[in-house]
Amino acid sequence: MLNPDLVGRTFAGATSTTITAESIAAFALALGETETHLAPPTFAITISLEQSQSVLVESGLDWSRVVHGDQRFSIYKQLVAGMQIQCDSTIESARVMAGNEIITVRSDLIESGETAVSSWSTLVFRA
Amino acid sequence: MSIFKVGEFLPSKTYIINRASLVTYANASGDQNPIHQDETFAKSVGLENVIAHGMYTMGLVGQYVSSMAGSTSKVREFSARFTKPVVVPAGVNVELVVSATVVELTDEVARLEITATCNEVKVLGMAKAVILL
Repeated sequence: MLNPDLVGRTFAGATSTTITAESIAAFALALGETETHLAPPTFAITISLEQSQSVLVESGLDWSRVVHGDQRFSIYKQLVAGMQIQCDSTIESARVMAGNEIITVRSDLIESGETAVSSWSTLVFRA
Repeated sequence: MSIFKVGEFLPSKTYIINRASLVTYANASGDQNPIHQDETFAKSVGLENVIAHGMYTMGLVGQYVSSMAGSTSKVREFSARFTKPVVVPAGVNVELVVSATVVELTDEVARLEITATCNEVKVLGMAKAVILL
């Protein structure tokens, strides 16, 4: 069980990630995108999910029980190669349904002090 | 003037998901969970077979949205619920059929409601996008 005191807390990313042209191209090609120099709409997940995982595992949750429930992106600025991204994750909500723990984490991908993409992942930790 | 009309049904596109494409997505995304590649492992945790990454399915739908918008850079909002797993048996090309309806237009954006099905079963729920005009 997640400590309810953690709901609302923001965990600042310890390190920043530099987006590479190779990582964008590989992701875009895997999805059949033709603009391989632009990060596809879901690219932020490659940064945000790892951060969410480390926050939730440190908070005592068992990542091997996780199922992705839903996902939302708000894209304020197109991600491109060379951007240095800091990812901050906030546990927005946690509830228990039928023994499963349902947690929504918002991850903000911040570039030069401004949020480029916000990613909300609802993760279901199966009982 | 928008090229879209409210209520307009946008043309469908079909994407192929198979074991090889799951490996390509796993390598590109970094998500190497064995339920998306290893049939023995997937069955050992109670799944029918290997299943696609939810984010792979959503990513392909993102490609659909990008293509309807005219560019990846025009996608502003994108959301979906993972309602049914996409099961990918060995040696099978699973068809993901994606379509959308324009539900709202402003001077600046179009709001789309998206349908994604495999074998006529909806695999995403509440799939929506906002694209710049």
